[in-house]
Amino acid sequence: MTGWRSARVILIWVALALALGVPVALAATSEQLAWRGPVYILAGFAGILALALVLVQPLLIGGYLAPLSAYRGRRAHHWIGGALVLAVVVHVAGLWITSPPDMIDALTYTSPTPFSPFGVTAMWAIFIVALLASLRRRLQLRPRTWRFIHMPLAIVIVLGSVVHCLLIEGTMETVSKAVLCAAVLAATIKVMIDLQVWRKRRTLRGESVVRQ
Amino acid sequence: MTTVLLNRRGLLAAGGSVLATGILATGIPGLLLPARADGLAPTESMSGGANNYRKGAAIVERIGKGGFWMSGTVRRAGDGAPLAGQRIQIWAHTVEGQEHEPQSHGATLTDKDGKFRLEMPQIIPIFGQPHGHLAYDSGEFKTVFLRPVMRSAKETSLEAHFVLQPA
Repeated sequence: MTGWRSARVILIWVALALALGVPVALAATSEQLAWRGPVYILAGFAGILALALVLVQPLLIGGYLAPLSAYRGRRAHHWIGGALVLAVVVHVAGLWITSPPDMIDALTYTSPTPFSPFGVTAMWAIFIVALLASLRRRLQLRPRTWRFIHMPLAIVIVLGSVVHCLLIEGTMETVSKAVLCAAVLAATIKVMIDLQVWRKRRTLRGESVVRQ
Repeated sequence: MTTVLLNRRGLLAAGGSVLATGILATGIPGLLLPARADGLAPTESMSGGANNYRKGAAIVERIGKGGFWMSGTVRRAGDGAPLAGQRIQIWAHTVEGQEHEPQSHGATLTDKDGKFRLEMPQIIPIFGQPHGHLAYDSGEFKTVFLRPVMRSAKETSLEAHFVLQPA
């Protein structure tokens, strides 16, 4: 039983490393990179990293990444949320420097590219969640209220990011990109089912563990 | 998710085919476009079409080393008559430079049939889509900026068609 459990832990970490590492590695070998400047390349990889972080977030909060305790998982979730904001800022700023008019079109929802509004919407959702999370204590948001705010925004972030990414023709290799996107969706659906986020409960599993 | 994806792409494709139909249907406008009894409708500028435009790109034999063909037609709104000698400016992110760089820009003139064709370096995806930019901005007719998208980044040609109305 313990053997199976530790094997499972190793499997989960290996699967996560592959889901994150393979798309990045394949994007790093893309022939498109030859025609791009360093700022554009940085912006692209910041976007890929952001998607990778979106996969890690539900895994952490669901407590699937043993041996991280629920408490540590939640701490990591907070820090990675901050890293996600940073990655998105680098992504947008880098693209702005690369081609200001295209970025302005995207941010004003007037872009001809169908994927832009999905990405921009996910970006705002990420910013709102990060801002509210940093003010959560000061605003004295109860867990239930917080969940009521965070869950719809989390869904917007996940769906927006996935659609944004899938519609883009860029440096990412298509199969590894689709697998990463599927993993993001699967992890999100699983954590929402496991934690029964739609139920009116006072605490999440993690909070009750902390209290014990 | 897939439905959303296909719908949006489909929408884009539909937009393109409506444009194409508009041009193909000039022979029988009354049949396909009964609302357009007065003939061929002018082409509208596409969103994002003017991005990274540089005024006054020179008329060139070829942009850079070539290898990719941009072609199209220029016609007059209403009767669809081909417009000869019209200057069309072309630019894109190619294997030889980014969109905003001067060497990525060039211009050509339409022949007596209103057709233009300019060789340029291979277009590659930029901002998530392999696309080119074309402009008519000579003053006699209303300015039009087009931004056609390639079906695949592997294609080695792209078309864009102008129907111009008097300024």
